[in-house]
Amino acid sequence: MTEIIDLVLLAMLAITALSVIFIKDLFTVVMLFGIYSFLSALIFVNLDAVDVAFTEASVGAGISTVLMLGTLALTGREEKSSSRKTTLPLLVVCVTGAALIYGTLDMPPFGDPNNPAQQHVAPRYINDSPREIGLPNMVTSVLASYRGFDTLGETAVVFAAAIGVLSLLGLPKQDRTVIQSGLKSHLVLRVVAKMIIPLILLFALYVQFHGDYGPGGGFQAGVIAAAALILYALVFGLPVATHVVPPKVLKILAALGVLIYAGTGVVSLFLSANFLDYSVLASNPVAGQHIGIIAIELGVGITVFAAMLSIFYAFAGQAERKNIQ
Amino acid sequence: MLEIISSALLILGAFFSLTGAVGLFKFPDFFTRVHAASVTDSIATILIILGLMLRSDFDLVLVKLLFILVFMLLTGPAAAHALAKSARHGGLLTLAETRGNKKESDD
Amino acid sequence: MLILAATCIAMLSVMALALARALKADTAYDRILGVNMFGTKTALFIALLGFLNGRPDFLDIAIVYALINFIGMIAVLRFFEYTAVDDDQNQKEQ
Repeated sequence: MTEIIDLVLLAMLAITALSVIFIKDLFTVVMLFGIYSFLSALIFVNLDAVDVAFTEASVGAGISTVLMLGTLALTGREEKSSSRKTTLPLLVVCVTGAALIYGTLDMPPFGDPNNPAQQHVAPRYINDSPREIGLPNMVTSVLASYRGFDTLGETAVVFAAAIGVLSLLGLPKQDRTVIQSGLKSHLVLRVVAKMIIPLILLFALYVQFHGDYGPGGGFQAGVIAAAALILYALVFGLPVATHVVPPKVLKILAALGVLIYAGTGVVSLFLSANFLDYSVLASNPVAGQHIGIIAIELGVGITVFAAMLSIFYAFAGQAERKNIQ
Repeated sequence: MLEIISSALLILGAFFSLTGAVGLFKFPDFFTRVHAASVTDSIATILIILGLMLRSDFDLVLVKLLFILVFMLLTGPAAAHALAKSARHGGLLTLAETRGNKKESDD
Repeated sequence: MLILAATCIAMLSVMALALARALKADTAYDRILGVNMFGTKTALFIALLGFLNGRPDFLDIAIVYALINFIGMIAVLRFFEYTAVDDDQNQKEQ
């Protein structure tokens, strides 16, 4: 049964990917990217990788689609057809691809239980994680504690992306006079949005703190909370949204998250252990691990929320400026 | 007994969503297609989630299914309404209006 | 178990039909309709898969999908309002 589902989903994925390449209308391409992300998340769910599916669902289909539509509002909707012939690049790509595939024939079979990756690293985590960290969700324990340094790097990357976008586009200034530029005539949408947004924010909090026991964690929670506020900005207008969450606050929050994360590591340094070693944060090492994981997940969630929302503000601010002129 | 009711609900839900998908292709006009898609979406959601609820014990899973149901019932029709209204504002004409325009231009 | 598998297959065919509608559409709004239907059916499919595999943790993802589908639709409609305003301005200039 799972094989049939995998086959059908992968076939739909291939069809979507091929049509993304060949269709010239960029709006269609953005819609097809949304479908692509939905399909990828389904494949991940079928492969039993629930945390990854969560992240793919929230980031790929939600935030990426909104940001790409914001870009399309600024640029045109048609892709210019290239006038050069493409036989030489196609040849180069095919030759390089064939060489790479030939190179991978030397590697161990894909997914074999006797691979070195499955023999040394994974059993150690699976055997020792309940004893050392004691969280039901092993993905969170690997992500936050065993590989905490990588996650710090990821949070810093998200922060750097936000800085990059802000330095290029800039945030909208907070207006003194509130211009109602939302979907004025869609009364049904406004009522439904007012009902839904608190529920979404509550769900984001649930995902943040439930990440120790089920799928979730800081990254997904930050993205969902940002999606709630993006919905608010879309329905009620960007100026009102900048009143609710001012851009200055977002800048501070983005830096605060990374600071919390790195600060936890520095606290363990002061308590005479390694950087990001949470066992010393409490008298009981397992309790120390729990405290450390909660603290860094909070940092990740805050930074991701602020980064996503400020990137959206930057894009939407440009579109507003172009529209008002 | 609960198994039988849940299976019946699931089959009905699958049937309604299939008819909705077929209707996406068979109906002649955009607004009728919106009607087909959103009505069958709502009824299929209710039936399938009720069928799944009958299969699980009375714990957190049931509450989550209820949450999904409430959420999709709130947002599904609202999204369809917004789509139809936006298409109307964008100037899309219904089939009757295009036929009426063609008749006027023919005369 | 068999009924769940049959419903899963029905959902997959509905999703394939919605994808076909999104690819072969007369107007842009037809595409949006296809993507919307795809999204809601995906959320139901994830719930079904969770029960099929015996792991009800998947329901969180179904909630997220229903959410994201809605937010994506609103973003698309907002986009159409922006570009419609541009078309109006272009027509006034001409």
